[in-house]
Amino acid sequence: MSIDANTVKKIAFLSHLKIEDDKVAATQEEFNKILQWVDQLKEVDTDNVEPLVSVNNEHLRLRQDEVTEGNQAEAVLANAPVKEYGYFVVPKVVE
Amino acid sequence: MMTDLTELTIAEASAGLKKKEFTAVELTEAYIANMDKHRNLNAYVCETPDKAIAQAKISQEKINSGQGGDLEGIPLGIKDLFCTKGIATTACSNILKGFVPPYESTVTANLLQAGANFLGKLNLDEFAMGGSNETSAFGPVINPWSKDVPLVPGGSSGGSAAAVAANMCAAATGTDTGGSIRQPAAFCGVTGIKPTYGRCSRYGIIAFASSLDQAGPIAKDVTDCAIMLKAMAGFDNKDSTSSQQPVPDFCKVLGADIKGMRIGIPKEYRVDGLNSEIASYWDKAAAMLKDKGAEIVEISLPHTKYALAVYYIIAPAEASSNLARYDGLRYGNRVDGEHLDDMYTNSRTAGFGKEVKRRIMIGTYVLSAGYYDAYYLKAQKVRRLIRDDFIKAFEKCDVILTPTAPSAAFAIGDESMQKDPITMWLNDIFTVSVSLAGLPAMSLPIGLNHDGLPLGMQIIGKSFDEENVFKAGYCLEQQAGFKRK
Repeated sequence: MSIDANTVKKIAFLSHLKIEDDKVAATQEEFNKILQWVDQLKEVDTDNVEPLVSVNNEHLRLRQDEVTEGNQAEAVLANAPVKEYGYFVVPKVVE
Repeated sequence: MMTDLTELTIAEASAGLKKKEFTAVELTEAYIANMDKHRNLNAYVCETPDKAIAQAKISQEKINSGQGGDLEGIPLGIKDLFCTKGIATTACSNILKGFVPPYESTVTANLLQAGANFLGKLNLDEFAMGGSNETSAFGPVINPWSKDVPLVPGGSSGGSAAAVAANMCAAATGTDTGGSIRQPAAFCGVTGIKPTYGRCSRYGIIAFASSLDQAGPIAKDVTDCAIMLKAMAGFDNKDSTSSQQPVPDFCKVLGADIKGMRIGIPKEYRVDGLNSEIASYWDKAAAMLKDKGAEIVEISLPHTKYALAVYYIIAPAEASSNLARYDGLRYGNRVDGEHLDDMYTNSRTAGFGKEVKRRIMIGTYVLSAGYYDAYYLKAQKVRRLIRDDFIKAFEKCDVILTPTAPSAAFAIGDESMQKDPITMWLNDIFTVSVSLAGLPAMSLPIGLNHDGLPLGMQIIGKSFDEENVFKAGYCLEQQAGFKRK
């Protein structure tokens, strides 16, 4: 499979990454090389093979749905670049 | 002082501390002096000498009263991927510069509990994505074995391996997603083990690819790895994939007879163009184990050749999802924009480096509508076949012996590595299958190549059978008689 310039731009958009127009062609070429390389997987017969989601053989544990370490607002906000009145601050969303 | 304290292994230093030959503070100060001396290697990205000394003083009091844990008074370096409470943690990315975790990772908490002190945070490839430590936002680490040309220490745990090799810490933590403990250990002539997936808690380790990430030690020898891993491992409620299997005392098996142990040699690892020195050391290592009574058996891991392609779909896919959290909002670097989406995009574009962006985009693509089945699901299916290969192979053998990496350390800025990302990724050729199968594997130095650079051997074990890995590793270490830098 190979991808075109628009797909490169779309992937960048979905990734929330800016890609300069003059970098699109190089990125496209690099991606196509990588995709060509991983295309070797097509030759493997995987009919009737279940996907391996986790190598962990133990069942995922359930826990009580309860607060374990609450009231940590200060710690949670400690690293926020911009905060006010105990909240994270974002650029205006609603006009 | 009679000997340089930083030359001592953890086992030797612990014995010396108990016998009052020196104090924990003296030991820590010796390492701090060495960190100063080797600052040009760029192994540490954050140094915490005052904290280390303060902890060493507490340890000395415990030692004086005959108490203390397995690592009491031992100075360690911590890969900067582990969250350390009150100490900056960056994953060597600009997007996390200035981040100070309000909590401690479980692994580092376990090490502190065992009495260790932390000298500082160690350099790595940005978000552990790389095999040479060159993608770090803090610049590359220099391999202490370098002669005329500065060489890479391997990656991603490059700072950890270099620091251990240059005696800038007694041992270090590492993490391994596709070879990030084993390959740098091999490049720097030190010993490292990636335990079975689930052995060490991932809580507080900055996530790269969650189904693969696993912490482990890099240390001066096999014995120190055993001491470190025992302290690091254990069940943790805060990690849903943490295993409830009891952690054995790995030190107990060191020196045990390996008579009758079956050592598997996978024929598919004898790849075309395998470096002849590496091939010859591989044969020698097998012969050394055979001399001690082990039985050498040829095994087959037929899907080996697909492991890299599987890895470079699954790891970026998981990374793209894990790294979605870096939005410039809750922590790390923020670059403002007119709208919320602009702020996300501006922050991420400024904060992430080239390799990280590449992997986020590959991951986003293989998970996107229309391609999910062709790439991601297909990779997960082949991943099962790779794991099943190992399960079958282990019916015929107890451990598997392979080289760790296809070459010795290469030069920083090596042109062929820089030109094509796939060339760099091929460094993981002997290590990724093990990660995909979640198995434990150790790398230990076996000898030097014609340039005087260390080469490593890998010993792979069954799931949760680190004990046989340690047993064979210790035996091979004794036979090889490798001299540390």
